[in-house]
Amino acid sequence: MRDTSAEQGLGAAMAAGVPKIRVRGLRKAFGPKQVLDGVDLDVAAGHSMVVLGGSGSGKSVTIKCIIGLIDPDEGSIEIDGVDVLRMSRRDREAMGDRIGMLFQNGALFDSLPVWENVCFKLLAQNRISRDKARDKAAEVLAQVGLAASVGDLSPAELSGGMQKRVALARAIAAQPDIIFFDEPTTGLDPIMGAVIDGLIVDCVKRLGATAISITHDMASARRIGDTAAMIHKGRIVWTGPAQSLGHAGNAMVDQFANGQREGPIQMELRR
Amino acid sequence: MAAILLDPLATIGRATLGACRVTGSVALFALEAVSHLIRPPFYLRLFWRAFIEIAWFSLPVVALTAVFTGMVLALQSYTGFARFNAQSTIASVVVISLVRELGPVLASLMVAGRIGASFAAEIGTMRVTDQIDALTTLSTNPMKYLVAPRLLAAVIAMPLLVLVADILGVMGGWLIGTLKLGFVSAAYLKSTFDYLQFDDVFSGLVKAAVFGFVIALMGTWCGYNSRGGAQGVGGATTSAVVASSILILALDYVLTEIFFAR
Ligand SMILES: Nc1ncnc2c1ncn2[C@@H]1O[C@H](COP(=O)(O)OP(=O)(O)OP(=O)(O)O)[C@@H](O)[C@H]1O
Ligand SMILES: [Mg+2]
Repeated sequence: MRDTSAEQGLGAAMAAGVPKIRVRGLRKAFGPKQVLDGVDLDVAAGHSMVVLGGSGSGKSVTIKCIIGLIDPDEGSIEIDGVDVLRMSRRDREAMGDRIGMLFQNGALFDSLPVWENVCFKLLAQNRISRDKARDKAAEVLAQVGLAASVGDLSPAELSGGMQKRVALARAIAAQPDIIFFDEPTTGLDPIMGAVIDGLIVDCVKRLGATAISITHDMASARRIGDTAAMIHKGRIVWTGPAQSLGHAGNAMVDQFANGQREGPIQMELRR
Repeated sequence: MAAILLDPLATIGRATLGACRVTGSVALFALEAVSHLIRPPFYLRLFWRAFIEIAWFSLPVVALTAVFTGMVLALQSYTGFARFNAQSTIASVVVISLVRELGPVLASLMVAGRIGASFAAEIGTMRVTDQIDALTTLSTNPMKYLVAPRLLAAVIAMPLLVLVADILGVMGGWLIGTLKLGFVSAAYLKSTFDYLQFDDVFSGLVKAAVFGFVIALMGTWCGYNSRGGAQGVGGATTSAVVASSILILALDYVLTEIFFAR
Protein backbone atom coordinates (compact mmCIF):
# COMPACT_ATOMS: atom_id res chain seq x y z
CA MET A 1 0.00 0.00 0.00
CA ARG A 2 1.39 3.35 -0.97
CA ASP A 3 -0.91 5.86 0.57
CA THR A 4 1.62 8.62 1.07
CA SER A 5 0.63 12.11 1.99
CA ALA A 6 2.03 13.21 -1.38
CA GLU A 7 -0.60 11.19 -3.20
CA GLN A 8 -3.40 12.38 -0.98
CA GLY A 9 -2.16 15.88 -1.70
CA LEU A 10 -2.22 15.18 -5.41
CA GLY A 11 -5.89 14.29 -5.25
CA ALA A 12 -6.70 17.41 -3.34
CA ALA A 13 -4.57 19.47 -5.70
CA MET A 14 -6.38 18.25 -8.77
CA ALA A 15 -9.74 18.88 -7.16
CA ALA A 16 -8.91 22.45 -6.27
CA GLY A 17 -6.86 23.31 -9.38
CA VAL A 18 -3.84 24.10 -7.21
CA PRO A 19 -0.67 24.91 -9.14
CA LYS A 20 1.93 22.17 -9.52
CA ILE A 21 4.54 24.30 -7.82
CA ARG A 22 3.64 27.05 -5.43
CA VAL A 23 6.25 29.12 -3.63
CA ARG A 24 5.34 31.69 -1.00
CA GLY A 25 7.47 34.19 0.84
CA LEU A 26 10.74 32.36 0.22
CA ARG A 27 13.63 34.02 2.04
CA LYS A 28 17.25 33.02 2.19
CA ALA A 29 20.31 34.87 3.41
CA PHE A 30 23.94 33.84 3.11
CA GLY A 31 25.63 35.57 6.02
CA PRO A 32 24.64 39.22 5.90
CA LYS A 33 23.54 38.97 2.28
CA GLN A 34 19.78 38.62 1.78
CA VAL A 35 19.66 36.73 -1.52
CA LEU A 36 15.96 35.82 -1.59
CA ASP A 37 13.65 38.34 -0.01
CA GLY A 38 10.16 36.92 -0.32
CA VAL A 39 9.89 35.04 -3.62
CA ASP A 40 6.34 34.08 -4.68
CA LEU A 41 5.92 31.78 -7.66
CA ASP A 42 3.12 29.66 -9.15
CA VAL A 43 3.60 27.19 -11.97
CA ALA A 44 0.59 25.35 -13.32
CA ALA A 45 0.86 21.65 -14.11
CA GLY A 46 2.12 20.99 -17.63
CA HIS A 47 3.31 24.55 -18.02
CA SER A 48 6.74 25.86 -18.77
CA MET A 49 7.93 28.91 -16.91
CA VAL A 50 11.06 30.86 -17.69
CA VAL A 51 12.75 32.84 -14.95
CA LEU A 52 14.74 35.89 -15.91
CA GLY A 53 16.93 38.13 -13.87
CA GLY A 54 20.35 39.70 -13.61
CA SER A 55 23.41 37.74 -12.72
CA GLY A 56 23.49 37.01 -9.01
CA SER A 57 19.84 37.90 -8.49
CA GLY A 58 19.08 34.52 -6.88
CA LYS A 59 17.65 32.45 -9.73
CA SER A 60 19.76 29.39 -9.10
CA VAL A 61 19.24 29.68 -5.35
CA THR A 62 15.45 29.73 -5.86
CA ILE A 63 15.57 26.52 -7.87
CA LYS A 64 17.90 24.85 -5.40
CA CYS A 65 15.48 25.72 -2.61
CA ILE A 66 12.59 24.15 -4.52
CA ILE A 67 14.44 20.86 -5.08
CA GLY A 68 15.65 20.83 -1.49
CA LEU A 69 19.37 21.37 -2.02
CA ILE A 70 19.27 24.58 0.01
CA ASP A 71 17.12 25.02 3.10
CA PRO A 72 15.37 28.38 2.97
CA ASP A 73 15.20 30.54 6.09
CA GLU A 74 11.48 31.23 5.70
CA GLY A 75 8.59 30.59 3.37
CA SER A 76 6.71 27.63 1.99
CA ILE A 77 7.18 25.47 -1.07
CA GLU A 78 4.29 23.31 -2.19
CA ILE A 79 4.48 20.68 -4.88
CA ASP A 80 1.11 19.17 -5.82
CA GLY A 81 -0.32 21.03 -2.85
CA VAL A 82 2.00 19.41 -0.28
CA ASP A 83 4.47 21.49 1.68
CA VAL A 84 7.80 19.86 0.86
CA LEU A 85 9.64 21.62 3.69
CA ARG A 86 7.52 19.77 6.25
CA MET A 87 7.69 16.41 4.50
CA SER A 88 9.35 13.38 6.04
CA ARG A 89 12.72 12.54 4.57
CA ARG A 90 11.32 9.45 2.88
CA ASP A 91 8.47 11.32 1.19
CA ARG A 92 10.91 13.95 0.10
CA GLU A 93 13.15 11.34 -1.48
CA ALA A 94 10.14 9.86 -3.26
CA MET A 95 9.32 13.35 -4.51
CA GLY A 96 12.92 13.73 -5.70
CA ASP A 97 12.52 10.65 -7.87
CA ARG A 98 10.06 12.58 -10.02
CA ILE A 99 12.23 15.69 -10.39
CA GLY A 100 14.98 16.33 -12.91
CA MET A 101 17.56 19.07 -12.82
CA LEU A 102 20.06 20.47 -15.26
CA PHE A 103 22.79 22.29 -13.32
CA GLN A 104 24.18 25.55 -14.58
CA ASN A 105 27.69 24.10 -14.87
CA GLY A 106 26.59 20.64 -15.99
CA ALA A 107 27.86 18.89 -12.83
CA LEU A 108 28.65 15.70 -14.74
CA PHE A 109 30.36 12.93 -12.77
CA ASP A 110 33.86 12.92 -14.17
CA SER A 111 34.68 9.51 -12.73
CA LEU A 112 32.02 7.90 -14.92
CA PRO A 113 31.74 7.59 -18.71
CA VAL A 114 29.08 9.62 -20.46
CA TRP A 115 26.64 6.72 -20.90
CA GLU A 116 26.67 6.00 -17.19
CA ASN A 117 26.11 9.68 -16.45
CA VAL A 118 23.10 9.74 -18.74
CA CYS A 119 21.49 6.62 -17.28
CA PHE A 120 22.55 7.31 -13.70
CA LYS A 121 19.07 7.84 -12.33
CA LEU A 122 17.56 4.89 -14.17
CA LEU A 123 20.35 2.68 -12.84
CA ALA A 124 20.00 4.10 -9.33
CA GLN A 125 16.29 3.34 -9.35
CA ASN A 126 16.88 -0.13 -10.84
CA ARG A 127 14.61 0.72 -13.73
CA ILE A 128 17.13 -0.58 -16.24
CA SER A 129 19.94 -3.15 -16.31
CA ARG A 130 23.53 -2.14 -16.97
CA ASP A 131 23.48 -4.04 -20.29
CA LYS A 132 20.52 -2.08 -21.55
CA ALA A 133 21.80 1.24 -20.19
CA ARG A 134 24.24 1.80 -23.06
CA ASP A 135 21.51 1.49 -25.66
CA LYS A 136 19.22 3.71 -23.66
CA ALA A 137 22.02 6.28 -23.29
CA ALA A 138 22.62 6.24 -27.04
CA GLU A 139 18.92 6.88 -27.59
CA VAL A 140 18.81 9.87 -25.24
CA LEU A 141 22.11 11.22 -26.56
CA ALA A 142 20.65 11.15 -30.06
CA GLN A 143 17.83 13.38 -28.83
CA VAL A 144 20.33 16.03 -27.80
CA GLY A 145 22.21 15.68 -31.07
CA LEU A 146 25.15 13.60 -29.88
CA ALA A 147 26.50 10.43 -31.54
CA ALA A 148 26.29 7.15 -29.67
CA SER A 149 30.11 6.98 -29.64
CA VAL A 150 30.14 9.95 -27.26
CA GLY A 151 28.76 7.57 -24.65
CA ASP A 152 32.13 5.92 -24.16
CA LEU A 153 34.05 9.15 -23.59
CA SER A 154 34.64 10.66 -20.20
CA PRO A 155 33.05 14.06 -19.49
CA ALA A 156 36.48 15.72 -19.37
CA GLU A 157 36.97 14.84 -23.05
CA LEU A 158 33.93 16.84 -24.16
CA SER A 159 33.63 20.47 -25.19
CA GLY A 160 31.63 22.79 -22.95
CA GLY A 161 28.57 22.70 -25.19
CA MET A 162 28.71 18.92 -25.43
CA GLN A 163 28.91 18.68 -21.64
CA LYS A 164 25.82 20.84 -21.42
CA ARG A 165 23.95 18.56 -23.79
CA VAL A 166 25.03 15.45 -21.89
CA ALA A 167 23.84 17.11 -18.69
CA LEU A 168 20.53 17.84 -20.39
CA ALA A 169 20.29 14.23 -21.52
CA ARG A 170 20.93 13.12 -17.94
CA ALA A 171 18.22 15.43 -16.63
CA ILE A 172 15.54 14.12 -18.98
CA ALA A 173 16.57 10.46 -19.31
CA ALA A 174 14.40 9.32 -16.38
CA GLN A 175 11.39 11.20 -17.81
CA PRO A 176 10.75 13.33 -14.75
CA ASP A 177 7.48 14.93 -13.88
CA ILE A 178 9.02 18.28 -12.98
CA ILE A 179 12.17 19.54 -14.67
CA PHE A 180 14.44 22.43 -13.80
CA PHE A 181 16.79 23.81 -16.41
CA ASP A 182 19.45 26.20 -15.18
CA GLU A 183 20.61 28.00 -18.32
CA PRO A 184 20.14 25.08 -20.74
CA THR A 185 21.39 26.89 -23.83
CA THR A 186 24.22 29.00 -22.44
CA GLY A 187 27.42 28.06 -24.23
CA LEU A 188 25.71 26.47 -27.24
CA ASP A 189 25.80 27.73 -30.79
CA PRO A 190 22.51 29.36 -31.96
CA ILE A 191 21.35 26.39 -34.02
CA MET A 192 22.01 23.87 -31.28
CA GLY A 193 20.35 26.30 -28.87
CA ALA A 194 17.21 26.19 -30.98
CA VAL A 195 17.37 22.39 -31.12
CA ILE A 196 17.64 22.20 -27.32
CA ASP A 197 14.76 24.65 -26.94
CA GLY A 198 12.68 22.38 -29.15
CA LEU A 199 13.65 19.44 -27.00
CA ILE A 200 12.56 21.22 -23.85
CA VAL A 201 9.22 22.16 -25.39
CA ASP A 202 8.90 18.55 -26.48
CA CYS A 203 9.56 17.27 -22.97
CA VAL A 204 6.89 19.49 -21.56
CA LYS A 205 4.31 18.74 -24.24
CA ARG A 206 4.99 15.05 -24.78
CA LEU A 207 5.69 13.99 -21.21
CA GLY A 208 3.24 16.43 -19.72
CA ALA A 209 6.05 17.64 -17.50
CA THR A 210 6.15 20.93 -15.66
CA ALA A 211 9.30 22.93 -16.28
CA ILE A 212 11.08 25.91 -14.81
CA SER A 213 13.92 27.22 -16.92
CA ILE A 214 16.40 29.94 -16.20
CA THR A 215 17.71 31.70 -19.24
CA HIS A 216 19.39 34.90 -20.33
CA ASP A 217 18.44 34.40 -23.96
CA MET A 218 15.20 36.20 -24.89
CA ALA A 219 14.61 34.30 -28.13
CA SER A 220 14.98 31.09 -26.20
CA ALA A 221 12.71 32.37 -23.42
CA ARG A 222 9.95 33.07 -25.94
CA ARG A 223 10.39 29.66 -27.53
CA ILE A 224 10.32 27.54 -24.40
CA GLY A 225 8.19 29.57 -22.03
CA ASP A 226 4.45 29.69 -21.54
CA THR A 227 4.88 32.19 -18.76
CA ALA A 228 7.82 34.26 -17.66
CA ALA A 229 8.82 35.69 -14.31
CA MET A 230 11.43 38.27 -13.58
CA ILE A 231 13.41 38.24 -10.38
CA HIS A 232 15.17 41.32 -9.10
CA LYS A 233 16.79 41.91 -5.72
CA GLY A 234 15.41 38.67 -4.34
CA ARG A 235 11.78 39.23 -5.34
CA ILE A 236 9.61 38.37 -8.30
CA VAL A 237 8.87 41.78 -9.80
CA TRP A 238 6.83 40.67 -12.80
CA THR A 239 5.01 37.62 -14.14
CA GLY A 240 3.34 37.44 -17.52
CA PRO A 241 3.14 35.57 -20.80
CA ALA A 242 6.53 34.72 -22.25
CA GLN A 243 5.42 35.93 -25.69
CA SER A 244 5.11 39.48 -24.36
CA LEU A 245 8.78 39.67 -23.42
CA GLY A 246 10.29 42.73 -25.01
CA HIS A 247 6.99 44.61 -25.03
CA ALA A 248 5.62 43.69 -21.65
CA GLY A 249 4.80 47.20 -20.58
CA ASN A 250 6.86 46.85 -17.43
CA ALA A 251 9.84 49.16 -17.46
CA MET A 252 12.16 46.71 -15.73
CA VAL A 253 11.26 43.73 -17.88
CA ASP A 254 11.48 45.71 -21.07
CA GLN A 255 14.86 47.11 -20.14
CA PHE A 256 16.08 43.62 -19.32
CA ALA A 257 14.57 41.90 -22.35
CA ASN A 258 15.85 44.51 -24.76
CA GLY A 259 19.25 44.77 -23.08
CA GLN A 260 19.24 48.52 -22.50
CA ARG A 261 21.71 50.21 -20.26
CA GLU A 262 19.36 53.00 -19.20
CA GLY A 263 16.35 52.14 -17.08
CA PRO A 264 15.10 51.31 -13.63
CA ILE A 265 17.63 48.47 -13.14
CA GLN A 266 20.97 49.92 -12.15
CA MET A 267 23.74 47.37 -12.50
CA GLU A 268 26.18 47.68 -9.67
CA LEU A 269 29.61 47.93 -11.16
CA ARG A 270 32.33 47.76 -8.56
CA ARG A 271 35.71 49.11 -9.31
CA MET B 1 41.41 46.68 31.62
CA ALA B 2 38.40 44.39 31.52
CA ALA B 3 38.82 44.06 27.80
CA ILE B 4 42.40 42.86 28.16
CA LEU B 5 41.27 40.31 30.70
CA LEU B 6 38.22 39.19 28.80
CA ASP B 7 39.76 39.07 25.36
CA PRO B 8 41.87 35.94 25.88
CA LEU B 9 38.93 34.33 27.62
CA ALA B 10 36.68 35.10 24.69
CA THR B 11 39.27 33.70 22.29
CA ILE B 12 39.60 30.51 24.31
CA GLY B 13 35.82 30.25 24.51
CA ARG B 14 35.43 30.72 20.78
CA ALA B 15 38.12 28.17 20.03
CA THR B 16 36.54 25.65 22.40
CA LEU B 17 33.11 26.15 20.87
CA GLY B 18 34.60 25.79 17.40
CA ALA B 19 36.37 22.57 18.37
CA CYS B 20 33.16 21.17 19.87
CA ARG B 21 31.24 22.06 16.74
CA VAL B 22 33.76 20.34 14.49
CA THR B 23 33.92 17.26 16.73
CA GLY B 24 30.15 17.01 16.80
CA SER B 25 29.90 17.45 13.06
CA VAL B 26 32.52 14.76 12.40
CA ALA B 27 30.81 12.39 14.84
CA LEU B 28 27.39 12.86 13.23
CA PHE B 29 28.94 12.44 9.81
CA ALA B 30 30.60 9.19 10.91
CA LEU B 31 27.38 7.88 12.45
CA GLU B 32 25.40 8.62 9.33
CA ALA B 33 28.02 7.01 7.09
CA VAL B 34 28.15 3.88 9.23
CA SER B 35 24.36 3.66 9.28
CA HIS B 36 24.45 3.52 5.47
CA LEU B 37 26.70 0.47 5.62
CA ILE B 38 23.88 -1.61 7.01
CA ARG B 39 21.07 -0.34 4.76
CA PRO B 40 20.79 -1.20 1.06
CA PRO B 41 21.52 -0.34 -1.67
CA PHE B 42 25.22 -1.23 -1.39
CA TYR B 43 27.71 0.07 -3.90
CA LEU B 44 30.05 -2.90 -4.26
CA ARG B 45 31.69 -1.46 -7.36
CA LEU B 46 32.66 1.70 -5.47
CA PHE B 47 33.83 -0.28 -2.47
CA TRP B 48 36.04 -2.35 -4.72
CA ARG B 49 37.49 0.68 -6.48
CA ALA B 50 38.37 2.32 -3.16
CA PHE B 51 39.77 -0.94 -1.82
CA ILE B 52 42.11 -1.37 -4.79
CA GLU B 53 43.16 2.26 -4.52
CA ILE B 54 44.06 1.86 -0.84
CA ALA B 55 45.36 -1.68 -0.63
CA TRP B 56 47.04 -2.20 -3.98
CA PHE B 57 48.30 1.22 -5.00
CA SER B 58 49.61 2.06 -1.52
CA LEU B 59 51.59 -1.16 -1.46
CA PRO B 60 54.86 0.19 -2.93
CA VAL B 61 54.99 3.16 -0.55
CA VAL B 62 54.11 1.10 2.48
CA ALA B 63 56.50 -1.70 1.50
CA LEU B 64 59.47 0.64 1.12
CA THR B 65 58.68 2.35 4.42
CA ALA B 66 58.47 -1.00 6.18
CA VAL B 67 61.66 -2.45 4.76
CA PHE B 68 63.74 0.59 5.65
CA THR B 69 62.20 0.84 9.09
CA GLY B 70 63.09 -2.79 9.78
CA MET B 71 66.64 -2.21 8.58
CA VAL B 72 67.15 0.90 10.68
CA LEU B 73 65.59 -0.77 13.69
CA ALA B 74 68.02 -3.69 13.49
CA LEU B 75 71.03 -1.37 13.22
CA GLN B 76 69.93 0.94 16.00
CA SER B 77 69.04 -1.80 18.44
CA TYR B 78 72.40 -3.44 17.75
CA THR B 79 74.16 -0.21 18.68
CA GLY B 80 72.25 -0.01 21.93
CA PHE B 81 72.10 -3.65 22.91
CA ALA B 82 75.73 -4.44 22.17
CA ARG B 83 76.59 -2.24 25.17
CA PHE B 84 74.81 -4.76 27.41
CA ASN B 85 75.95 -7.84 25.51
CA ALA B 86 72.32 -8.42 24.65
CA GLN B 87 72.66 -8.72 20.86
CA SER B 88 70.68 -11.95 20.86
CA THR B 89 67.47 -10.11 21.67
CA ILE B 90 67.64 -7.89 18.58
CA ALA B 91 65.39 -10.06 16.46
CA SER B 92 62.59 -9.99 19.06
CA VAL B 93 62.98 -6.24 19.60
CA VAL B 94 62.71 -5.61 15.88
CA VAL B 95 59.64 -7.76 15.36
CA ILE B 96 57.78 -6.56 18.45
CA SER B 97 58.35 -2.87 17.78
CA LEU B 98 57.35 -3.34 14.18
CA VAL B 99 54.25 -5.39 14.73
CA ARG B 100 52.90 -3.52 17.74
CA GLU B 101 53.84 0.00 16.85
CA LEU B 102 55.84 1.06 13.84
CA GLY B 103 54.07 -1.06 11.25
CA PRO B 104 50.59 0.30 11.89
CA VAL B 105 51.65 3.88 12.61
CA LEU B 106 54.08 4.40 9.75
CA ALA B 107 51.92 2.60 7.21
CA SER B 108 48.91 4.66 8.30
CA LEU B 109 50.83 7.92 8.10
CA MET B 110 51.91 7.08 4.56
CA VAL B 111 48.37 6.09 3.59
CA ALA B 112 47.01 9.26 5.22
CA GLY B 113 49.19 11.27 2.86
CA ARG B 114 48.07 9.35 -0.20
CA ILE B 115 44.49 8.32 0.42
CA GLY B 116 43.30 11.00 2.83
CA ALA B 117 44.45 13.64 0.37
CA SER B 118 42.94 11.93 -2.65
CA PHE B 119 39.56 11.37 -0.95
CA ALA B 120 39.43 14.98 0.18
CA ALA B 121 40.43 16.30 -3.24
CA GLU B 122 38.01 14.10 -5.17
CA ILE B 123 34.98 14.65 -2.95
CA GLY B 124 35.86 18.31 -2.46
CA THR B 125 35.93 18.84 -6.23
CA MET B 126 32.60 17.08 -6.51
CA ARG B 127 31.22 19.43 -3.86
CA VAL B 128 32.36 22.67 -5.46
CA THR B 129 31.25 21.59 -8.94
CA ASP B 130 27.72 20.68 -7.73
CA GLN B 131 28.28 16.97 -8.41
CA ILE B 132 27.20 16.09 -4.86
CA ASP B 133 23.99 18.09 -5.33
CA ALA B 134 23.53 16.34 -8.66
CA LEU B 135 23.72 12.95 -6.90
CA THR B 136 20.84 13.98 -4.69
CA THR B 137 18.70 14.94 -7.68
CA LEU B 138 19.52 11.57 -9.27
CA SER B 139 17.92 9.51 -6.49
CA THR B 140 21.24 8.70 -4.86
CA ASN B 141 22.27 9.49 -1.32
CA PRO B 142 25.74 11.04 -1.48
CA MET B 143 26.71 9.76 1.97
CA LYS B 144 25.87 6.23 0.92
CA TYR B 145 27.45 6.57 -2.49
CA LEU B 146 30.62 8.50 -1.69
CA VAL B 147 31.42 8.07 1.98
CA ALA B 148 30.24 4.66 3.17
CA PRO B 149 32.13 2.52 0.59
CA ARG B 150 35.35 4.42 1.22
CA LEU B 151 35.10 4.00 4.98
CA LEU B 152 34.52 0.27 4.70
CA ALA B 153 37.31 -0.15 2.16
CA ALA B 154 39.80 1.65 4.39
CA VAL B 155 38.85 -0.36 7.49
CA ILE B 156 39.39 -3.62 5.62
CA ALA B 157 42.40 -2.62 3.55
CA MET B 158 44.56 -1.10 6.30
CA PRO B 159 45.03 -4.31 8.37
CA LEU B 160 45.98 -6.19 5.20
CA LEU B 161 48.50 -3.51 4.29
CA VAL B 162 49.92 -3.55 7.80
CA LEU B 163 50.25 -7.31 7.73
CA VAL B 164 52.36 -6.98 4.61
CA ALA B 165 54.31 -4.15 6.20
CA ASP B 166 55.01 -6.32 9.26
CA ILE B 167 56.39 -9.14 7.13
CA LEU B 168 58.51 -6.85 4.99
CA GLY B 169 59.80 -4.98 8.03
CA VAL B 170 60.93 -8.21 9.64
CA MET B 171 62.62 -9.11 6.38
CA GLY B 172 64.43 -5.78 6.40
CA GLY B 173 65.69 -6.48 9.91
CA TRP B 174 66.71 -10.01 8.95
CA LEU B 175 68.60 -8.68 5.92
CA ILE B 176 70.71 -6.36 8.05
CA GLY B 177 71.01 -8.95 10.82
CA THR B 178 72.43 -11.64 8.56
CA LEU B 179 74.36 -9.57 6.03
CA LYS B 180 75.85 -6.93 8.27
CA LEU B 181 75.61 -7.95 11.90
CA GLY B 182 76.74 -11.55 11.48
CA PHE B 183 73.66 -13.43 12.67
CA VAL B 184 72.99 -16.94 11.42
CA SER B 185 69.83 -16.77 9.33
CA ALA B 186 67.99 -19.64 11.03
CA ALA B 187 68.86 -18.40 14.51
CA TYR B 188 67.65 -14.88 13.69
CA LEU B 189 64.34 -16.15 12.39
CA LYS B 190 63.94 -18.54 15.32
CA SER B 191 64.37 -15.78 17.86
CA THR B 192 62.03 -13.58 15.79
CA PHE B 193 59.17 -16.01 16.18
CA ASP B 194 60.00 -17.48 19.58
CA TYR B 195 58.86 -14.52 21.62
CA LEU B 196 56.20 -13.17 19.27
CA GLN B 197 52.68 -13.52 20.66
CA PHE B 198 49.35 -13.48 18.91
CA ASP B 199 48.33 -10.38 20.88
CA ASP B 200 51.25 -8.42 19.47
CA VAL B 201 50.07 -8.96 15.92
CA PHE B 202 46.40 -8.63 16.79
CA SER B 203 46.78 -5.30 18.60
CA GLY B 204 48.69 -3.94 15.61
CA LEU B 205 45.96 -5.00 13.20
CA VAL B 206 43.23 -3.48 15.36
CA LYS B 207 45.18 -0.25 15.37
CA ALA B 208 45.44 -0.45 11.60
CA ALA B 209 41.67 -0.84 11.21
CA VAL B 210 41.03 2.15 13.50
CA PHE B 211 43.59 4.26 11.66
CA GLY B 212 42.04 3.26 8.34
CA PHE B 213 38.67 4.47 9.59
CA VAL B 214 40.20 7.76 10.74
CA ILE B 215 41.97 8.35 7.43
CA ALA B 216 38.86 7.71 5.34
CA LEU B 217 36.65 9.66 7.74
CA MET B 218 38.81 12.78 7.78
CA GLY B 219 39.39 12.61 4.02
CA THR B 220 35.71 12.33 3.19
CA TRP B 221 34.55 14.78 5.86
CA CYS B 222 36.98 17.49 4.80
CA GLY B 223 36.07 16.98 1.14
CA TYR B 224 32.35 16.84 1.81
CA ASN B 225 32.41 20.13 3.71
CA SER B 226 34.76 22.03 1.45
CA ARG B 227 33.63 25.38 0.13
CA GLY B 228 34.82 27.92 -2.33
CA GLY B 229 36.43 26.55 -5.47
CA ALA B 230 39.94 25.27 -6.02
CA GLN B 231 41.29 27.07 -2.98
CA GLY B 232 38.69 25.43 -0.76
CA VAL B 233 39.55 22.01 -2.12
CA GLY B 234 43.24 22.66 -1.51
CA GLY B 235 42.49 23.64 2.08
CA ALA B 236 40.33 20.54 2.56
CA THR B 237 43.15 18.33 1.30
CA THR B 238 45.67 19.85 3.70
CA SER B 239 43.28 19.64 6.64
CA ALA B 240 42.49 16.01 5.88
CA VAL B 241 46.14 14.98 5.94
CA VAL B 242 47.05 17.05 9.00
CA ALA B 243 43.98 16.02 11.00
CA SER B 244 44.28 12.33 10.23
CA SER B 245 48.03 12.29 10.97
CA ILE B 246 47.54 13.93 14.37
CA LEU B 247 44.57 11.70 15.17
CA ILE B 248 46.58 8.61 14.23
CA LEU B 249 49.35 9.51 16.66
CA ALA B 250 46.94 10.48 19.44
CA LEU B 251 44.75 7.41 19.00
CA ASP B 252 47.88 5.27 18.86
CA TYR B 253 48.59 6.29 22.44
CA VAL B 254 45.01 5.64 23.51
CA LEU B 255 44.91 2.22 21.91
CA THR B 256 48.32 1.25 23.29
CA GLU B 257 47.11 2.25 26.73
CA ILE B 258 44.00 0.09 26.31
CA PHE B 259 45.99 -2.95 25.15
CA PHE B 260 48.61 -2.33 27.85
CA ALA B 261 45.97 -2.36 30.57
CA ARG B 262 44.58 -5.69 29.48
N1 LIG C 1 26.32 28.56 -1.29
C1 LIG C 1 26.36 29.89 -1.26
N2 LIG C 1 27.02 30.52 -0.28
C2 LIG C 1 27.06 31.86 -0.23
N3 LIG C 1 26.50 32.66 -1.13
C3 LIG C 1 25.84 32.10 -2.15
C4 LIG C 1 25.74 30.68 -2.26
N4 LIG C 1 25.01 30.40 -3.38
C5 LIG C 1 24.68 31.58 -3.91
N5 LIG C 1 25.17 32.61 -3.19
C6 LIG C 1 24.98 34.03 -3.47
O1 LIG C 1 23.64 34.21 -3.81
C7 LIG C 1 23.52 35.13 -4.88
C8 LIG C 1 22.61 34.57 -5.93
O2 LIG C 1 23.24 33.46 -6.53
P1 LIG C 1 22.58 32.66 -7.72
O3 LIG C 1 23.52 31.55 -8.04
O4 LIG C 1 21.19 32.30 -7.39
O5 LIG C 1 22.60 33.71 -8.90
P2 LIG C 1 21.91 33.60 -10.31
O6 LIG C 1 20.71 34.46 -10.31
O7 LIG C 1 21.71 32.18 -10.65
O8 LIG C 1 23.00 34.27 -11.24
P3 LIG C 1 23.60 33.77 -12.65
O9 LIG C 1 22.67 34.26 -13.70
O10 LIG C 1 24.90 34.48 -12.73
O11 LIG C 1 23.72 32.30 -12.59
C9 LIG C 1 24.91 35.43 -5.36
O12 LIG C 1 25.23 36.74 -4.98
C10 LIG C 1 25.80 34.46 -4.65
O13 LIG C 1 26.94 35.14 -4.22
MG1 LIG D 1 22.64 30.79 -11.75
